[in-house]
Amino acid sequence: MEFVGKILFMAVMAIFVQNFVLMRFLGLCPYIGVSKKLDSALGMGMAVIFVMTMASTFTWLIHTYLLVPLHIEFLQTIAFILTIASLVQLVEMVIQKTAPALYKSLGVFLPLITTNCAVLGVAILNIQSEYNFIFAILNGLFAGIGFTLVLILMAGIRERLERAELPISMKGMPISMIVAGSMALAFLGFSGLKF
Amino acid sequence: MTLLKEFTKGFIKENPVFVMALGLCPTLAVTSSVVNAIGMGLAATFVLVFSNIFISLIKDFIPSKIRIPAYIVVIASFVTIVDMVMNAYLPAIHKSLGLFIPLIVVNCIILGRAEAFASKNNVFRSILDGLGMGLGFTLALVVIGGIREILGAGQFLGYNLFPETFQPMLVAILAPGAFIVMGLLMGLMNLKKKK
Repeated sequence: MEFVGKILFMAVMAIFVQNFVLMRFLGLCPYIGVSKKLDSALGMGMAVIFVMTMASTFTWLIHTYLLVPLHIEFLQTIAFILTIASLVQLVEMVIQKTAPALYKSLGVFLPLITTNCAVLGVAILNIQSEYNFIFAILNGLFAGIGFTLVLILMAGIRERLERAELPISMKGMPISMIVAGSMALAFLGFSGLKF
Repeated sequence: MTLLKEFTKGFIKENPVFVMALGLCPTLAVTSSVVNAIGMGLAATFVLVFSNIFISLIKDFIPSKIRIPAYIVVIASFVTIVDMVMNAYLPAIHKSLGLFIPLIVVNCIILGRAEAFASKNNVFRSILDGLGMGLGFTLALVVIGGIREILGAGQFLGYNLFPETFQPMLVAILAPGAFIVMGLLMGLMNLKKKK
């Protein structure tokens, strides 16, 4: 029971209280860049959930069974970014071969994910927080879900903003930033949650 | 283009943050105070200058198909150096920047300059470009950090600016303030560009 409770706590923390985009400022480029349309936001979100979970798994394994035994933890940054880059490449090739339909909808977003700092961020955070294997994977999954949640919310708002009457200089990026600020204000309310 | 222009273009005209909207994650995450902003700006400038030098030196030996992974390895090496040096000599700033030092690797400004400039120009020009872009990034961080610190804490660089009765707008140094200040500044830049 305690295990389930811990997992639930972690899910709420990663999705709402410490949301990767709005509270930790990770993954802002795709958040602003790919949130113009709802369906592409959904595609990007799914790709990010998948890659973040995989990246958490592999970086944890590499850190625990390669970097620590060899005492080369200082190579963490290089090792992790290479892991993520090759992982993304591999995922892209596998999806292309096995599920062409999925590849068509995710394809364009996959290369972008390598430079999404949320992926490298979650990998480093897993190690810094000293999570065990299961929790590291789950943290990656929940962080990805949190990212997707705010990406979809943002896309919904921006589709409506298209038709709003705004001063020309505020259109596009500036108003998206201010909308993101209002969303962050709302998410700040979650930090009052007590368990 | 003259050498002086090469150096100064990053300050205003091609400012990486305000005009090109690159490197948003660190921009918003570390600007809750001016000291953090300067620390982050200079760390990124160092990485930018040295990765530009190195990449423009080896640009003729890298096959174009694997150039992006090669650039990332070069950048990650310099980020690791900065990380270790800051940890040794500036532990306070290192601690408050935390996760965002290793995340300089995925800062799009650095990879962007490597791809767009250092891979096509000689070493001297690449140094000027890296230095100019880095200082432009630092300038943007200091402007945002200054506004947020003055509004949110009533201080600048840690010195109190207002009498004790001043009630600071706490929200400006919390996450929502970052988005809103950034949005308004981008709007201002658009307004200025239009005139």
